[in-house]
Formats: sequence, C-alpha cells, structure tokens
Amino acid sequence: MIATRAPRRSVASIDAIVVGGGPFGLAMSQALSARALEHVVLERGEVGHAWRTERWDSLRLLTPNWMTRLPGHAYDGADPHGYMSAAELARFLSAYAAKIAAPVLTGTAVWHVTPQAGGYRVATNRGDWHARAVVLASGAFSQPVVPRVADALPADVEQLTAHAYRQPAQLRDGGVLVVGASATGLQLAQEIHASGRQVTLAVGEHVRMPRIYRGRDIQWWLLAAGVLDQRIEDLDDPERARRVPSPQLAGTPERATLDLNTLRQQGVTLVGRLMGVRDGKAQFSGSLRNVCALADLKMSRLLDLFDDWAHQRGIDDEFEPPQRFAATEIGGPPKLGSALGHDIRTVVWATGFRPDHSWLDVPVFDRHGQLMHDRGVVRAPGLYVLGLPFLRRRKSSFIHGAEDDVHELAAHLAAHLDRTRPAQVNLSVAA
Amino acid sequence: MAGPRGALRLSSRVECRLLTGCGATLRLTSLNPMRKVFPMSNLQKSVQNGVNVEALLGARAALTQAPEAAQFKWRATSEWLNGTHSRTTIAGFHGLGAEQKHRQSYQYDTDHPEIFASEDNGPTPVEYMLVGLAGCLSAGIAAVAQNRNIQLRTVKATLEGGMDIQGILGIDEKVRNGFDGIKVHYEIDADATPEQIAALVAQSQKRSAVFDILTNPTDVHVTVSKV
Repeated sequence: MIATRAPRRSVASIDAIVVGGGPFGLAMSQALSARALEHVVLERGEVGHAWRTERWDSLRLLTPNWMTRLPGHAYDGADPHGYMSAAELARFLSAYAAKIAAPVLTGTAVWHVTPQAGGYRVATNRGDWHARAVVLASGAFSQPVVPRVADALPADVEQLTAHAYRQPAQLRDGGVLVVGASATGLQLAQEIHASGRQVTLAVGEHVRMPRIYRGRDIQWWLLAAGVLDQRIEDLDDPERARRVPSPQLAGTPERATLDLNTLRQQGVTLVGRLMGVRDGKAQFSGSLRNVCALADLKMSRLLDLFDDWAHQRGIDDEFEPPQRFAATEIGGPPKLGSALGHDIRTVVWATGFRPDHSWLDVPVFDRHGQLMHDRGVVRAPGLYVLGLPFLRRRKSSFIHGAEDDVHELAAHLAAHLDRTRPAQVNLSVAA
Repeated sequence: MAGPRGALRLSSRVECRLLTGCGATLRLTSLNPMRKVFPMSNLQKSVQNGVNVEALLGARAALTQAPEAAQFKWRATSEWLNGTHSRTTIAGFHGLGAEQKHRQSYQYDTDHPEIFASEDNGPTPVEYMLVGLAGCLSAGIAAVAQNRNIQLRTVKATLEGGMDIQGILGIDEKVRNGFDGIKVHYEIDADATPEQIAALVAQSQKRSAVFDILTNPTDVHVTVSKV
C-alpha cells in the first residue's frame, strides 16, 4: 500500500479520488491502475472498515467462498463452499489491497465533496484535494433505515438497529420483536431466539430461497442461469428491482435453508408487517398469509426457471431431481397485536440499509433524497457511484459483481478525463 | 408543472373512470423480474378482460411525475332515516387535481335484519365491507390478468366475515366489535395454470386498497357539529 499523504495546507490535485476502501473502492482502484490513471482511495478507517466494525458477530456472506472474488483476486482457501465471516472478508480485502498496491489513504474521513472548476473539492480530516473525478464507493449499507413508527414506541421499549446489533447478550431479558424478514431479520430472529428470548418476527414482503437446490448452492443457480447478470435496463420496473430486499439466506457450515417455516418450527412467532402502535400495543398487518403466498409463488417461478434452463441445455442429469418446497405455514390466524413493554421489551429494526452520502454537497439528489444516476454515472460530470443494489446488474451490490461494473465505469471515467483534460496542465488549478 | 399536467389532461377521463373502480389497479407494472428471461408460455395478443391497461400504465407514469395529482379524496354523505336505517349517497370525489363526478350518483341503504328487530331495508354496514373487498379484489384480478395476458372467463368470490356480537352488545369487553377474521374464496376459470391464477389473486391483494384498509390500522377522525 502506498502511504500517500495529502498536504495539510495546500490543496493536492489528482485525476480521480475513490471514496471508500471496501471491495468496490479497491476494485475501482485496480481498474484505474490498469489504465494508469492517477488516483487515491480515501478510507476513513482501515481497508474494509465497515466489515471490521459495523457487522454483527455471527454474520457470514450470503455467497459461497468460490464466488468471492475481485478483479485479479479470488478465494483460494480450503473451503470453497463455505461462507466468509466479516473478519475473514476484511482479511481478504487487506490481502487484495496489498496485492494490487492500492493507493489507499487510511484514517482519512471525507467531510465534504463540493463542485469546483474542473472537478470537485474533496475536504478530509487530513487536508483537501482537488479531483477531476470522484467515485463514491462508501457502501450501500452504511445507514440503517428505520420506519417512522419507531417514534411511536413507548420509552420503556429498547430499540436497536441491525447496524448496532452485535449479539444477543447485548439485549435485555424479555421478548424481542424483530422487524423485517430479509436475510438480516431472519438471521437475527433465529440467533436471538436461540439465546432463550421469546422472539416475534414481523414479516412484510420478502424473498424466499432455499440455500441448496438440486445439490447446488442457490447462488450457483442464480449465476449459471444468468439471473445475476440481468441488466437493469432490461427490467420492466427498475426502481422496484432496486428495492427488493435481500433473499432469506444464511451462510452456515451446515448450508441449511433458513426460512419462515424453520423459524416457526423453532418457536419464533410470525406476525404481519408492523403497521402502527396504539394503546401500548404493536399492531401487525393482517396480510401475513398473502406476503407468504407471494414469496412462495415467486420462489417456485425461480425454481421453474432453473429447471427449464437445465433442461434446455440437456444437463438435467448433472443435478439431483427437481424439488419443490412446502408452502409457508403460518399456523393459525396470526397475532394482530403484541403488548409493548410486556410481551415485547426490545425491538430490533432489520428494515434495511441505505448509503450515507450526506457529505456529498453536489445537487444530485431527487426529492426523496435518492442519488440520481444512470447505472452508476451520477448526474454531475465526473461523479460515479458503485456497489448499490442493482446499480447495473442484479449482482451489482455483491462482491463478485464489482468486476463488471468497475470495468465499465472506469472506461466511462477514463473517457471523461480524456475529454476534459486541460490542454496545458496548470499546477495551480486549485488557487 | 406544464409537462405532467399536459400529459394528464390527455387521458384523464379514461384514467378517472378506471381509477374509480379501485386503487388496486394503480401499480400494474410490478412484474416478476424473471419474466424477461422466462416469458410466460400463454402469451396471447387477443386477451380482453375489459381493462384498459395502457391507460392505467399511462396514469402510473404521469402520476409518478406529478404526485400531487395522485392525491384523491373519496367522499360519501349519509342521512339517518329511521331506526337502524340510513341512506348513504356517493356522487363526487377529488382527484387528478380537480373535483370529479361519477357518471351518476349512487345511493345505498343500510339497515339491520329482522332478527335484530329491525326492518331490513338494506344490507348491514358490515356486509358492505364485504362488498368493497370483493369489488376491489376482483377489479385487481382483472387488471393484473389483462396486464399478464391472461384471459378470464369467470371470477367468482365467496366472502365470509366472522363476528362475535358479544362485542357490539357490550357483553364481553375482551371481544372486539369488528370481524374476527374474513375468509375469501375465489373460483376462477381462465387460460392459465393454477400457479398463474394463484399469482393473480396474490398480486391483487398486494395492490388492493380495501384489503389494505381491512388488514391495517387506519386513523379515523369523527367530528360533530350541532345544527
């Protein structure tokens, strides 16, 4: 790693700055280096900071090790079908940064990015930069999303986001309501239940998938059948595709499927989406059956797609026979309310994450505060974003999805630099 | 403003009529993303369920650009006649930035049955909830079917709302006043597989206004003035 230092007083000028030293920032650094483009990667902590400090203890990747690769670097350990822990991924990233000699400035927090003649001024705790292009790679999952109903919870109910959650021991005794049925919500519900607490899981729309299908990891099927390579421009409703929650998966040594049936059999109480709080009671939607039916139907269509794909290629024999999974059983009529402070003493919000671009002082946000971009090309010249869900392809927010995206966006960035390169290099550009 | 307003004006009459049926039909393009990879096998050009999907999709696109025009107010006026008998009139509503009118005004009598010592001049108010739910879900099924190129032949629903009237009679405070549950059963004849038909009904629930009203809490604010 090159320990480039930003001068404290004057302003350093550079072609490109990558904000964030995670998988996407490093992959972009590799792509820029391959094009001999001058750049630095600004990282607030160490390489892979979020993976070291902002994940719960038991978290493992949803993709198997053999899929965990970045441009020019792949997993080569003894357990290709296992799933990396956050700490293992952080080590993987450090090894990658060293291998590609990424020019990472660690301990460098970006305070502001503002437009400036010929590019952007990037203000950090270690001095300012002028960059002709800026790549936002600070992560899609930096900030927890908490619904407004949180404000209505009584003060004696402890609230915690999946971002702040580390392990069950952190929670007080008593019942726990986990809100959200993505991979995060199901994993936390299972782990907290196993700690001896009564867990209620509030379930809205979700994506159900088996861990293993016909003997292969579901991610293998998604990749092989081309689903992960689907491009955003080919979808009928790209906005919706970008909002789809992460599939109900867990990466365990047993490669076990984690679904609502498993949790219910283990003793977790399933309820509908958390809709409101009234008279000290949490109110749950009566739509639980339908969101489960929607997810079951969608899963069957996905498995149909895999079966047809295998059949059309004449490779049916390579796999175990097609399977179909039991419909989601919710038991009797679902509970429509729970007494807060009694049945439920802690609420864990597993209601999604969003990127934190609060330091970006560039008018590129729509009225909902969403970054406006076309497949990663932000609506401001020389500004790019990486790693967001379905940025360019379904795999865009996965580590293995970085390669194709950075390849294309680095080409765009290089063309931008070529087009806008000053005829004469003016070293006092920042004056 | 000029752009979106202009776009709305072009087809607002069609949209209004369709939107009046039920909010269920507003989000029709939430298609399964796999469809591009794996198109349904029963694609037909001549499917006709009487739903103008193009107009609905146009409305969706226009209202995405002009969210203020998407703010609707549905209205009713009611007058007590005698005993448990009331008459409710539906005539106008607000939407697409203007006051709108139904083709004609509609009147609905509500009453209680004779076993409650009433005159049974009309369905009970709770039965009207079933009217609303059936109308909304079936409208949604037709719209989704049209959008998915599925020809419907018959769509029949049977609805049942369970109620322990110890609640409304104040016999037992632990019993709620309203339904303790609603069961809806659809019998559908259509050119589609059982899974595709199940998906129609599921998608209709997902986008149904009345299903949402019945399954989720709603803030109800009742005021009064002396005349």
